[in-house]
Amino acid sequence: MATLKLEIVTPEAKIYSEDVDMVTLPCVEGEMGVYPMHVPLMTQVSSGEVTARKGGTDYHLAVGEGFVEITADRVAIMTDMAIKSDDIDEAKAEEARKRAEVRLQEKLSDEEAASVTAALAHSLAQLHVKRRNRR
Amino acid sequence: MPSTRDIRRRIKSIKNTAQITKAMQMVASSKMRKAQIAALAGRPYATLMNDVLAAVAGNVGDFSHPLMELRPVKKTAVVLITTDKGLCGALNSNLLREAGKFDKDTTVYVCAGRKGAQFVSRVKRNLGAEFTYKDSPLFAEARAISRFVQKLFLDGEVDSVEVIYTNFINTLVQKPEVRRLLPIREIEGVEAGVSGEGGGKVLKRTDVEYLFEPDAGAVLGNMLPHYLNFLVYQFLLEAKASEHSARMVAMKNATDNAKQIIKDLTLEYNKLRQANITKELLEITTAQMAMG
Repeated sequence: MATLKLEIVTPEAKIYSEDVDMVTLPCVEGEMGVYPMHVPLMTQVSSGEVTARKGGTDYHLAVGEGFVEITADRVAIMTDMAIKSDDIDEAKAEEARKRAEVRLQEKLSDEEAASVTAALAHSLAQLHVKRRNRR
Repeated sequence: MPSTRDIRRRIKSIKNTAQITKAMQMVASSKMRKAQIAALAGRPYATLMNDVLAAVAGNVGDFSHPLMELRPVKKTAVVLITTDKGLCGALNSNLLREAGKFDKDTTVYVCAGRKGAQFVSRVKRNLGAEFTYKDSPLFAEARAISRFVQKLFLDGEVDSVEVIYTNFINTLVQKPEVRRLLPIREIEGVEAGVSGEGGGKVLKRTDVEYLFEPDAGAVLGNMLPHYLNFLVYQFLLEAKASEHSARMVAMKNATDNAKQIIKDLTLEYNKLRQANITKELLEITTAQMAMG
């Protein structure tokens, strides 16, 4: 069976690069499942959960906002944050979320507000992935 | 003929210099390691971004983004990425030589790093803005530079934007490079491979027709500014890695030179001392023979 090469890179590192059977992505227009032989597509991802299915097992990752390029045999995700669900530190993410929420109450310039909102989205995505997969 | 005391004094002062350059070498080498890791870590992202844009840019049909608009070039902005401090070998002079090649009247310089700004004001050229960046460059710093030149371009004040920076190839080799930033036409590779290949070449274009979701305008409209911001960020990382590498090598050479001079001077000093002893002995024996 054909496989997809899933690549997830952030400015700091290449987080994930493996052949998988199927990928689920959080796109700006809703969740999207991608199988091999998909039509070439460019779109934006929003922060949330990426699920990669490989040999019957699901691997979960939390990602931030970014772009994704889909071709017949490859899914390349460029994002500002990506972390595997096993590597998520729930306490830290929770703390980051609280900090961001407090910051949002203050009066911020547009630039600051954007970065705080992004930070908040990051921590929410991490918490979401972590909590869901524990159940 | 210098006296033994003069030579001793010189040896001492050169020893002090060697100590300082050695310390600077140590500092630079620890900073270098960090900067190199940062520069290398950013490359997969940059490469992927390049690949994707190269593939996409040719397949957007008649869609055109203001940042891709090709105009006759009347004025150019040059983003000059230099270091803040000297003592890093020929790094800055190589960069400034490239910078000097641009036409004096139609070029406006945007400097990152103090050395570049000093150069521009020294040769009385047109300085558009001066930015600073930290030892470990922040994305926000790159974004500020990128926004500024994008604004210049979109307002029609300049018709093209070039970047001069040092491409980090390895610890011993850093190459000054001039890269076209705007308008975005040909998407070029950001980084050089270990052998120095891959930088600057136009990446492949595929004939695959892409779908866009929601549409090409929205995706590219978000992607192009982000691409530029990231490109500038990567340039800053490369420049920092180059700076620390160059400084470490320069300081290592200085230390080695100082050690060599100390060795030569010590030899001279010993010779002189020996000559003096021999002379004294000779005087004593001659005196004895005359008495006897």
